[in-house]
Amino acid sequence: MAKYKMHLLVCGGTGCRASASEEIVKNLKTIINDKGLADEVQVIMTGCFGFCEKGPIVKVMPDNTFYTEVKPEDAREIVEEHVVKGRKVTRLLYTDPENKEHISDSKHMGFYKKQIRIALRNCGFINPENIDEYIAREGYQALGKCLSEMTPDQVIAEIKNSGLRGRGGAGFPTGLKWEITRKSKADQKYVVCNADEGDPGAFMDRSVLEGDPHSVIEAMAIAGYCIEADKGLVYIRAEYPLAIERLKIAIKQAREYGLLGNDILGTGFNFDIELRYGAGAFVCGEETALIHSMEGHRGEPTLKPPFPSVSGYLGKPTNVNNVENLCQCPSNY
Amino acid sequence: MAKVKSLADLKKIKEDLQSKMDLREKSTHPENLVQIKVAMATCGIASGAKDVMDYLIDELDKRNIEAVITQTGCMGYCYAEPTIEVTLPNQEPVVFGYVNVKKADEIIEKFIKNGELVDGIIPVNYETIHSK
Repeated sequence: MAKYKMHLLVCGGTGCRASASEEIVKNLKTIINDKGLADEVQVIMTGCFGFCEKGPIVKVMPDNTFYTEVKPEDAREIVEEHVVKGRKVTRLLYTDPENKEHISDSKHMGFYKKQIRIALRNCGFINPENIDEYIAREGYQALGKCLSEMTPDQVIAEIKNSGLRGRGGAGFPTGLKWEITRKSKADQKYVVCNADEGDPGAFMDRSVLEGDPHSVIEAMAIAGYCIEADKGLVYIRAEYPLAIERLKIAIKQAREYGLLGNDILGTGFNFDIELRYGAGAFVCGEETALIHSMEGHRGEPTLKPPFPSVSGYLGKPTNVNNVENLCQCPSNY
Repeated sequence: MAKVKSLADLKKIKEDLQSKMDLREKSTHPENLVQIKVAMATCGIASGAKDVMDYLIDELDKRNIEAVITQTGCMGYCYAEPTIEVTLPNQEPVVFGYVNVKKADEIIEKFIKNGELVDGIIPVNYETIHSK
């Protein structure tokens, strides 16, 4: 079995892919293979590092070297100098804008220094197309704990305690929303993930879905357990093809592992997720308009009440949460 | 892939998978761990630094010592290759010369485990522009 000494993380977010990061991965793999290092060096495509302005990013572990604005033709120099000889490629390092010094470890960069990552905990660290890497970082443990050891009311209390509020803009307390939907009586309920990120230049939901799609799936299942829904829907913009693709892969993998579907983790809880595509109407980010759009009607908001928690998709109680909001839920357990 | 049947099952799978991510997890907080740099320039490689590095990686893993092992360029002590620099948490780095597999074993057992100094230390007697 291969015992890797080094991991090369290449950003696979939309921003870096647009600047040829896929080609960087291809070149790195080819050169590493040619040099017979395939058993020692692993090349991994991750989600967004957040530093898109200086993309494409290549990060070398374990020495934490952070290369910026890498071009496909730089792959050879990175392998020959850094991987083989242990010499960092100085010209690709980040230059501090104030003192003009090269910084090799991203932890010392002004941009990253003060960050504590919760929503983005796995972005730029794991391969979003590999469920194993998510599981290795505690993934689906929160769902397992909620289903096996907690009642829905305890789970909701925990979310309320955390003070988590909606990230779509209105800041509605998430725990309260779950509680209201839980109390609505109906034969069918729905969990909806609002991934209709319409604000120009806003890419936080896209980053999460592209870099850590399993966190959203896990949270939707937890929400489903709390409100007693067995069906989840992700309303996602059709303009996010990569996010859609990664989400589809993630859903497929979760089904294969039995983390979506019937009798999840032997607890008798059933939950599955489907995608619904939005056609890019800004207003459809509003939850009532979003629900109308999913039903095939015009995406126009309607007056509340009734709130979706009481009467939403197809007239059934529906819990609508934003992507960024959901992806933070698992870290509470 | 077989289905995950229970929370206990999931925890077990996580344990098994974790080792694959270890390298990445450790490198986010190397200052708390034993850090070893192996000089892997032409001089080092020619003297067997690659074998020493493989040995260190395998043995530290087997002996359950959490460490981050990286390669570096020539430290200028070509006469004493292979050379390695070992930094224990919150201590100054120490450079060892003529490190073969046997010496590496001694360094692990005596220096890394107990902080005892062993023969072959190259005293650092230079300054760099960073220390000025």
